[in-house]
Amino acid sequence: MPFKLQRREEHSAWMALFSPLIAVALMLATGAVLFASLGIDPVKGLSVYFLEPLQSAWSLQELVVKATPLILIGIGLSICYRANIWNIGAEGQFVAGALAGSYFPIMMVGWDGPFVFPAMIAAGMAGGALFALIPAALKIRFGANEILTSLLLVYVAQFFLDWLVRGPWRDPEGFNFPESRLFPSDAVTPLIIEGGRMHIGFPIALIIALLAAFYLTRTIHGFQIQVIGESPRAARFAGFSQSKMIIFAFAVSGALAGLAGILEVAGPIGQLRPVISPGYGFTAIIVAFLGRLNPIGIVIAGFVLALSYLGGEAAQVTLGISDKIARVFQGLLLFYVLACDTFIVYTFRRVGVVREAS
Amino acid sequence: MEMYEAIILTIITAATPLLLAACGELVAERAGVLNLGVEGMMIMGAVAAFAVAFSTGSPYLGIAAGIAAGAAASLPFAFLTISMVTNQVATGLALTILGLGLSGMIGDAYIGQPGVKLTPISIEGLSDLPYVGKILFSQDVIVYASVLLLLIVWFFLFKTRAGLSLRAVGDSHSSAHALGVSVRKVRYLAVIFGGACAGLAGAYLSLVYTPQWTEGMTAGRGWIAVVLVVFATWMPGRLLAGAYLFGAVLILQLHAQAAGVNIPSQFLSSLPYLATIIVLVLISRNRTLVKKNSPACLGKPFVPDV
Repeated sequence: MPFKLQRREEHSAWMALFSPLIAVALMLATGAVLFASLGIDPVKGLSVYFLEPLQSAWSLQELVVKATPLILIGIGLSICYRANIWNIGAEGQFVAGALAGSYFPIMMVGWDGPFVFPAMIAAGMAGGALFALIPAALKIRFGANEILTSLLLVYVAQFFLDWLVRGPWRDPEGFNFPESRLFPSDAVTPLIIEGGRMHIGFPIALIIALLAAFYLTRTIHGFQIQVIGESPRAARFAGFSQSKMIIFAFAVSGALAGLAGILEVAGPIGQLRPVISPGYGFTAIIVAFLGRLNPIGIVIAGFVLALSYLGGEAAQVTLGISDKIARVFQGLLLFYVLACDTFIVYTFRRVGVVREAS
Repeated sequence: MEMYEAIILTIITAATPLLLAACGELVAERAGVLNLGVEGMMIMGAVAAFAVAFSTGSPYLGIAAGIAAGAAASLPFAFLTISMVTNQVATGLALTILGLGLSGMIGDAYIGQPGVKLTPISIEGLSDLPYVGKILFSQDVIVYASVLLLLIVWFFLFKTRAGLSLRAVGDSHSSAHALGVSVRKVRYLAVIFGGACAGLAGAYLSLVYTPQWTEGMTAGRGWIAVVLVVFATWMPGRLLAGAYLFGAVLILQLHAQAAGVNIPSQFLSSLPYLATIIVLVLISRNRTLVKKNSPACLGKPFVPDV
């Protein structure tokens, strides 16, 4: 190889800021090639995919609706990944939270009033957190790899949801459709604009992003996360408990995924169905990395990935191509983000040219 | 056909893709690369094999396409993790996401199309043996290949000099580098081999297991294959036992569903995933066993000093 990686003397602040932007640009360039290979004019393809969804009030609201769960889950995951703890089962925790929170409107028919919705939120967060604590406990007690256990539990959660909506939680008046009853008005996520789609989940996500930014940069506990992630040896010498951090990171990320889940079923969906997420839990992994594990960056990244969903739908309707193209763009984006992040720490130099250390 | 024969034959069918994918992942991990993109490479193999077999009518060209697609899918992962030293976990996830998306796009045209089934090859004379004939000597070419491949991998890793170098790269990349082994080259080859195996596993799914294309048809088998490698504690022999054990769990829940056992089908369907978690926990409990064989540099990027 004519070029070799060389560690920079200090991290490049310039690359840290611009690597997500370069990654998005590379994704767009690859997208142009992809459209051309499908026989679609690349300019038209990209504009249908990435610009059209930004041009109507309806789709802008939809953008916010889709960004909300991505931001919530992404913030939780960023705390895990900063501590080098790999929760990749947020999709399952999202489902677990949705199920726990839906208990009240589905099983306690007739209970109404102002406490229903807060109870659902609390149950949703608790459900997501408890489900996330399974891989945490298996990791601490038995050393089982949390990447694999958290991922495998996604399938278990999805089958459980499927059983509930086809079995005990099916709407008795629903003509045998695999759906729960529609949530009553007291159990619905409040909307920001009457008659619109945006719900209070978005301002909640923004507040949580600010809290997370404060927590990560201004508290001792937030600092511990950084140390455990970057230098586990130093963390051990300092007496930071790795086990406690695993429990904390999984509980927080699970609770946020669960919150996203209950907000989604009580909001845009309004009932339980066999499928309640277009893969938000997995896409949020990309959101976390594109946002460079920074809560404010994650808010912006959440919108970029939300746009990838809307663009997929637009491409299907307008260009007649499969909406699976959204997953392709998402996968490409993660590849490019990871590649660009390398340049924050490393630079390339030509082999044979030895640069003097200053 | 006897009942036991039918059950064993279906277990072999369920175990073969797991064995193939896990075999490839084992080699990649032995070289120190944790590739979590098995699911993505596998489904790329499945869709490529189906598409080529469908348009040419030849399942054997389908197999070749599956292998090529799996190997090709591993290339961006190999480049990023080996040359660009990116995080292996995240890069593997990206590969899985990309593979699921790309296969869905390519496969859209083939939904509902009749597949081309790979037919078994009966070995003259031997396949008529009582009891074992049908099971051992009347399989399709991929089943024979899967067992043969495992033997070759075992021989290569533990009986050849090149295999020793590969294990050295996985256990201590700096030492291997100092001894003049090209760490990057070994890792590239190991990852591409893993991709080819995952692609072949995918081809088996869309040509034999269910000869048709359905979106996401790998259904987590790539992930189960990754667990199998841990279960086998990175030893090829144990991989064979593990794959057939998991194959049995996958099949028995199907037989239970068919027999109308009074348990909701969703619970039976989630059994293989729960069983995988339980097995992972049981094996991880024994930390010395896992530590003993686990490649010491697994998941660690390599940047030479000079």
